[in-house]
Amino acid sequence: MATVKLSNLKKSFGKTDVIHGVDIDISDGEFIVIVGPSGCGKSTLLRMVAGLETVTSGEVQINGAGVNEMEPMDRNIAMVFQNYALYPHMKVFDNMAYGLKIAKTPKAEIAERVQSAAKLLQLEEYLMRKPRELSGGQRQRVAMGRAIVRKPDVFLFDEPLSNLDAKLRVQMRLEIKQLQRSLGVTSLYVTHDQVEAMTLADRMIVMNGGIADQIGAPLEVYANPQTEFVAGFIGSPATNFLPAALVSGAPAGTTVGVRPEHATLTTPDHGLVEGQVSYSEALGSETLVHLRLSSDAAFTVRQNGMEPAPEEGHACGVLWNSSDQMHFGADGRRIATP
Amino acid sequence: MEKRVTFKGWLLPICLLLPQVIVTAVFFFYPAGQAVWQSLFIPDPFGLKSQFVGLGNFEFLLGDPYYRAAFTTTAVFSILVTVASLGMALFLAVLADRLIKGSGVYRTLLIWPYAVAPAVAGVLWLFMFNTRVGVVSWYLGILGYDWNHVLNEAEAMGLVVAASSWGRVSYNFLFFLAGLQAIPKSVIEAAAIDGARFWTRFRTIVFPLLSPTTFFLLVVNIVYAFFETFGVIHTITSGGPQQATTILVYKVFADGFVGQDLGSSAAQSVILLVVVGLLTVIQFKFIERRVHY
Repeated sequence: MATVKLSNLKKSFGKTDVIHGVDIDISDGEFIVIVGPSGCGKSTLLRMVAGLETVTSGEVQINGAGVNEMEPMDRNIAMVFQNYALYPHMKVFDNMAYGLKIAKTPKAEIAERVQSAAKLLQLEEYLMRKPRELSGGQRQRVAMGRAIVRKPDVFLFDEPLSNLDAKLRVQMRLEIKQLQRSLGVTSLYVTHDQVEAMTLADRMIVMNGGIADQIGAPLEVYANPQTEFVAGFIGSPATNFLPAALVSGAPAGTTVGVRPEHATLTTPDHGLVEGQVSYSEALGSETLVHLRLSSDAAFTVRQNGMEPAPEEGHACGVLWNSSDQMHFGADGRRIATP
Repeated sequence: MEKRVTFKGWLLPICLLLPQVIVTAVFFFYPAGQAVWQSLFIPDPFGLKSQFVGLGNFEFLLGDPYYRAAFTTTAVFSILVTVASLGMALFLAVLADRLIKGSGVYRTLLIWPYAVAPAVAGVLWLFMFNTRVGVVSWYLGILGYDWNHVLNEAEAMGLVVAASSWGRVSYNFLFFLAGLQAIPKSVIEAAAIDGARFWTRFRTIVFPLLSPTTFFLLVVNIVYAFFETFGVIHTITSGGPQQATTILVYKVFADGFVGQDLGSSAAQSVILLVVVGLLTVIQFKFIERRVHY
């Protein structure tokens, strides 16, 4: 059980700064998801906590003690890698027991701990198999088992589900969440998938170009994005952005953001903006209507799948509640709506 | 799916295969057949006619203490060459693998010795260790060590082993480095997080994952030590002193082309062929099974 604290954590590779100072205080048992597009520094951040990357400046603390100079093995953490990083020449049992063997744990205890982890992860039948004889989902479980048996203070996950197919990903996502709940181990989880971030996180860190744009509970981040990047990245389909000049009443020089689910179609000349339907995607439960506005900007409206979708080329107006309208300054920061 | 090429008719495939078949037939099957045939005869001292003796040549060889000594010498020599060149190459490859800057330079420099022909390598080492003008033996003399591989059997063996291993290190290094770089970095990192320090990681993760490479190199290096070291031995010691460095392949040459006993020489080639064949079969049968995971 552990707390983790990052204070003004920075990382540079040579002259390139990749992380520009991240601060967060993680309480015991909390599930933190670090989310962002590729190249935003999220994996580097995780690897600094793991001790696989050196810290350029700032500090990583685990349980109140600075661990910057500590080797990964001395930090009492466990990590699950994107490609699982199983030892291919060892059986599943030995893969899970490896860390315990090195720590010179008594044999009986190793067997017991591996058995109970295998039971938890439904791997009991596979303990004598080699990793290559397992499916992707099973390998993923072995990687988690290897992390669990060591009873670490902190779990670190580096995009653990991105090599799985879509259906398995949803299932494993749920399992990870339940596992983390029942074990109560503080976890850091890196992903580029905002759905994983929304569903798993107690709090999430949205990274953008090495900066933590926003840290907060998933729904709070969704409802109240602090930057234009966060508004565009969290939520699917992405938020529509329009120059203020197109929307009457918007503060001059700002960018207006409207989520597709907050906009509705109306008859021509009755909307806040006007446009033509360029195409619609019917997804069953919902329909995404893509519009080309008269200003040539693109705009997406999400409506209930049971409502009739307008035909292509159809002219229509778009309406939304002014309370759902977000404003962002030239620096991308949110401006409080007057 | 494997894509199969199908030919219409026979002419084209035969033409495509022919060069390789001819080369193999002319340079391998024909001489091998000749060796087997000749091993059954003893030529007269002038080489004008020969007499059929059946397996007499083999019988003589197996009872010959010099020939049996050559077997022991070959075993010692090839084990030393293989261990030395594999060990050194692995050591260098592990170091080069850890380098981030300048690894290209190291790699290039380490590969150079491979381009040196065995005979030339032999001469290089001979110059360094020459008892009168050799720079290394001169320094050894200053340190109070009297180097003389012309008289000292152990020193002679040491020198041919060093010279034979030297060029080989480059070749092995390349394969080891490629093998090391094929190990996913995350596996090493996972082991580091699991608490394994460098040496433990090497012993339990890196070395086992390298074992297919090591096995391949083992086979190739033993074959090398058996056959291709001829040039090195010929230039440095000519099999001496007192046959201390006469390995089987050198004895084939010495008896056949120096001693003019072509029958015995041919019989030795046949035995050598069988020995290497057996060694390879044993390696594949018993070691290969353990190295693939």
